[in-house]
Amino acid sequence: MTPMRLTAVATLLVLGVAACGGTTRSSVTAAPQEAPASSAAASANPDAPLKEGIKLAFLPKQINNPYEVIVDKAGIEAAEEFKGEAKEVGPSDASASSQISYINTLTQQGHDAILIAANDANAVCGPLQQARAKGVKIVSYDSDAAPQCRDLFINQASSEEVGRSQVQLLAEMIDHKGEIAILSATANATNQNTWIEFMKEELAKPEYKDMKLVKVAYGDDDDQKSFTETQGLLQAYPDLKGIISPTTVGVSAAARYISGSKYKGKVVLTGLGTPNQMRQYVKDKTVEKFALWNPKDLGYLASYAAAALVSGQITGAEGETFKAGKLGERTIGENGEVILGPPFTFDASNIDQFDF
Amino acid sequence: MTGPTTTVAAPPERTPGGRSARSLVDLVFRARELSLVIALVLLVGMTGAVNPNFLSGQGIEDILLNTAILALLAVGQSVVVITRNLDLSVGSVVGLVAFVTADVLAGGWGLVPGVVFGVAVGAACGLLNGLLVSFCRVPALVVTLGTLYVIQGVDHYIAHGRQINAVDLPPALLSLGNGAVLGVPYLPLITLVFMLLIGYYLRSYPSGREFYAIGSSPEAARLAGVPVRRRILTAYLVSGCLAGLAGVLWLARFGTVIGDSANGWELIVISAVVVGGVAITGGVGSVYGAALGALLLTTIGSALVVLRVNPFWQQAITGALLLLAISVDRVLAMRVARLLRNRSRHG
Repeated sequence: MTPMRLTAVATLLVLGVAACGGTTRSSVTAAPQEAPASSAAASANPDAPLKEGIKLAFLPKQINNPYEVIVDKAGIEAAEEFKGEAKEVGPSDASASSQISYINTLTQQGHDAILIAANDANAVCGPLQQARAKGVKIVSYDSDAAPQCRDLFINQASSEEVGRSQVQLLAEMIDHKGEIAILSATANATNQNTWIEFMKEELAKPEYKDMKLVKVAYGDDDDQKSFTETQGLLQAYPDLKGIISPTTVGVSAAARYISGSKYKGKVVLTGLGTPNQMRQYVKDKTVEKFALWNPKDLGYLASYAAAALVSGQITGAEGETFKAGKLGERTIGENGEVILGPPFTFDASNIDQFDF
Repeated sequence: MTGPTTTVAAPPERTPGGRSARSLVDLVFRARELSLVIALVLLVGMTGAVNPNFLSGQGIEDILLNTAILALLAVGQSVVVITRNLDLSVGSVVGLVAFVTADVLAGGWGLVPGVVFGVAVGAACGLLNGLLVSFCRVPALVVTLGTLYVIQGVDHYIAHGRQINAVDLPPALLSLGNGAVLGVPYLPLITLVFMLLIGYYLRSYPSGREFYAIGSSPEAARLAGVPVRRRILTAYLVSGCLAGLAGVLWLARFGTVIGDSANGWELIVISAVVVGGVAITGGVGSVYGAALGALLLTTIGSALVVLRVNPFWQQAITGALLLLAISVDRVLAMRVARLLRNRSRHG
């Protein structure tokens, strides 16, 4: 669809909605009915070439989050490969309300696709629907929006795989024996809680019968709080053998605390962290192994997926495939999800090959 | 802790009742610090009884380390609050200083120039606050709320989503964060030194007493020839410098820094100050009390974790303590005022 026609359709839609005397509510509900019609018109053509000059916008949870900046930068670089234009904009606080105004602005600016790491799966839904009604493709990454409000979700790793592999990683280091604890982010973080559920399922298997999960603590992704919680865990459970912290802030705070305390060498710490953040603690032997997916690949994949959507190679239906540059061919799974791959384990032997 | 201050050099306040009234006032305010100490002893004792690990060497070291930065900020804040002003920008200053200091240290600066740079950035922020409040006569609440956002914005702009990690920082800085001399960690020692220096100055120097005079009645202080603007400027400068130092210590302690460290800390600092008996209306309180307030709040946080209490209660208890502290202040102030009136009438 050419930009001219897009604008025309959008204008018509707006007029149509306005003619209905619609309140904001009715414009939200009216939009999705129209959206599938326009996207169905361009049915999937896997052989369509990637268009040039596609305009992408990355909208992270928060512009100061180093992890998201890495993802977005890689996505912007990927856009150069297919001669698209990409930029990153976002709020300085991780709230859904501040993302909404960005979504509206990006839609008005006529971007072909918005890539969003949603701060709240449902709160951003209305504005995203309005954007889709105007022909903007929506790709969520890192943190999903409600499935009916986006075309695709680029999942960094399947939640099940993350949860189970964290337990496997720790079990290996403590010989499947002893008390363990989890240091999470906030008590209501969706991804954390899903991983923790899978960790518990994995722990229920017979080979972990000598391992006991004594506590899930919440460090709120805050340095000071994560410090205090780690201290508390170690004091309250003197027999603790291992800690899993599946959050980058938590794992580095816990590592920093343990590295300067008497617990160093006695308690095994693992979790999800970035190599740059953890390098010091791997080198001083506070931490032996930890895991993470490659955030650069996540941004890269998201960028290619958005381009494939805009070019009409895919529509977001299960089973469709597209080529994601150096990452090769990817298939869309259930619920419009594309999975990046299994988490990667970092240790002293390979950490120096990574810089992010 | 209050030892050195009992040898007050000159009688700074000429209350009508003379020496006995002054010692009465002293006693009342000493009572606040005493009650904080008692609360602390009870809290630590009870937690230690449930879990002896809380009182182990590591446990005590942890509490001291956790308190050091908050107490340092509380000391700076109480100097400002004593003059009947407020510094809401301290959290942002800590965040900014932590990041820019990490930036220059990662760029190859030595430890000492890095620390001096961090304190200088903090001092610049304090100077800005001080000039706006004292010379432009804008209410402190508005000025420092404004600089809170401005400084945070500058921090976000400089950081731009970057993260500086432990591996980029000089080992000397990292060992400052978790090293110790004779078993006492460096961080609390630094805080202790600054607390004693500032506490002694405020209590024993005529110019130090003028901070209290300004807080009790700015107009009267001005008429009595106190250089009000200069003192208020100094108060903000002290708060800024200490916030700068706290930023450097933050970096030393956590080793990893992003663009929004210490976000929201200004309110915790003010809570510590108020719980520590520094009246938010100015003129009353001591930096020792503020530091004790910080110690109490931090210890409650640690104790609740060790006692495996739902973290929700931590905030509720902090809030209850604040209300209690303010009510006690009010009652005490009325009692003291009445006593002083009676004494001056009778003798």
